[in-house]
Amino acid sequence: MTYEFDWSSIPGSLPFLWDGMKISLEITAQAVVIGIVWGTLLAMMRLSSIKPLSWFAAGYVNLFRAVPLVMVLLWFFLIVPKFIETLFNFPPGADLRLSSAMMGFALFESAYYSEIIRAGIQSVPKGQISAAYALGMTYFQAMRLVVLPQAFRNMVPLLLTQGIILFQDTSLVYVSALADFFGAAYKVGDRDGRLVEMLLFAGAVYFVICFSASQLVKRLQKKYSPA
Amino acid sequence: MIKIANVSKHYGSFQVLTDCSTSVSKGEVIVVCGPSGSGKSTLIKCVNGLEPFQSGEIIVNGISVGDPRTNLPKLRAGVGMVFQNFELFPHMSITQNLAVAQVKVLKRTQDEAMDKGLKLLDRVGLKAQADKFPGQLSGGQQQRVAIARALAMDPICMLFDEPTSALDPEMVNEVLDVMTELAQEGMTMMCVTHEMGFAKRVANRVIFMDKGAIVEDDSKEAFFANPRSERAQQFLAKILHH
Repeated sequence: MTYEFDWSSIPGSLPFLWDGMKISLEITAQAVVIGIVWGTLLAMMRLSSIKPLSWFAAGYVNLFRAVPLVMVLLWFFLIVPKFIETLFNFPPGADLRLSSAMMGFALFESAYYSEIIRAGIQSVPKGQISAAYALGMTYFQAMRLVVLPQAFRNMVPLLLTQGIILFQDTSLVYVSALADFFGAAYKVGDRDGRLVEMLLFAGAVYFVICFSASQLVKRLQKKYSPA
Repeated sequence: MIKIANVSKHYGSFQVLTDCSTSVSKGEVIVVCGPSGSGKSTLIKCVNGLEPFQSGEIIVNGISVGDPRTNLPKLRAGVGMVFQNFELFPHMSITQNLAVAQVKVLKRTQDEAMDKGLKLLDRVGLKAQADKFPGQLSGGQQQRVAIARALAMDPICMLFDEPTSALDPEMVNEVLDVMTELAQEGMTMMCVTHEMGFAKRVANRVIFMDKGAIVEDDSKEAFFANPRSERAQQFLAKILHH
């Protein structure tokens, strides 16, 4: 018995799939921004000489890196909203579940970003921060003006690569009923009884986007890496 | 100006500095020398609090460096420091290197800071390099920029941590010339260096350190003519006879 492929449900559902793609990109962008900002703070805490801060950051990173993303998404989808509702007395009508899942996703990715950024900060020679201090800069001035700009410059390829991984990870938010690209493709396939075609199509789209993005990163890296 | 009293420092059980005491008065030029690992760089970094120390006291211009209540950034802003590896900020142009701390720390306007920076750049003979980046300059040029950057803060004294030991031999003199000029203008200076010629020319006093302790603290005439300790005699014999 051979399987008859039928791709006809794709053209009609393109607008719906495009809406899903927009959600995927939105989640990616939001998680990248939060991930870099929060990840930078976590990395600074982790490297801090103030022990409680460093313990907190280490605990945070280890916790999120030791737990599957799907699990985190489900916690933030099912448990956290209930918790917030009872804690802050939210009206039961307000639906926190989707924003909560997106937040969980960003918090999860922050743990990975913080490890990249920590390595980036450590790649800046120690003498640089000494020189900044010697000129009278405070810790935050030294970080903002001297260390972080150099750290980020060294890290750009890694941060972009992590962004691509993150984009793939967004497909997991389908467990939270968020209609991202993967979720949309799944729904269409389910509706038309063409799950195989839709999953293959979705995979092909992810592949094309991620593969071209990583080629682009490689080219950027070649262009800007010191000769 | 700088008073160092009974300063000791250790990493765990390893003693880096043992009961070091000396002082530097206004306008004095002190050269600190000694074999590597003798603690001279550590001592000079204690003066502006880049290295913490466990006991003793360092007073800079009336302010105690080790006191936890001291505003260290403020104190450091008034003490210039030049490092062995220059430590210019590679992501900034030369003028930005000169201006950044003036603007962010001393709150000067961008124009004032640029003005001052360019004047000092001219003084160290590098005005033509103003718009370049540190990576495009030779080591000697970078170190002269680093000196100008420290001077831009109008420091009350200058600390030099082996400013010529990372340089190719032919670039040593251009840096020493700038330092000599500075000394002749009356700048208070504490220099960790092996350049005994420089010490002979401009130092008022020479401090010789060994194994974390100050072994000799003498006028340069007395030090070079007649070092008292055997260790300093050996050191001088090695360093002067080649």
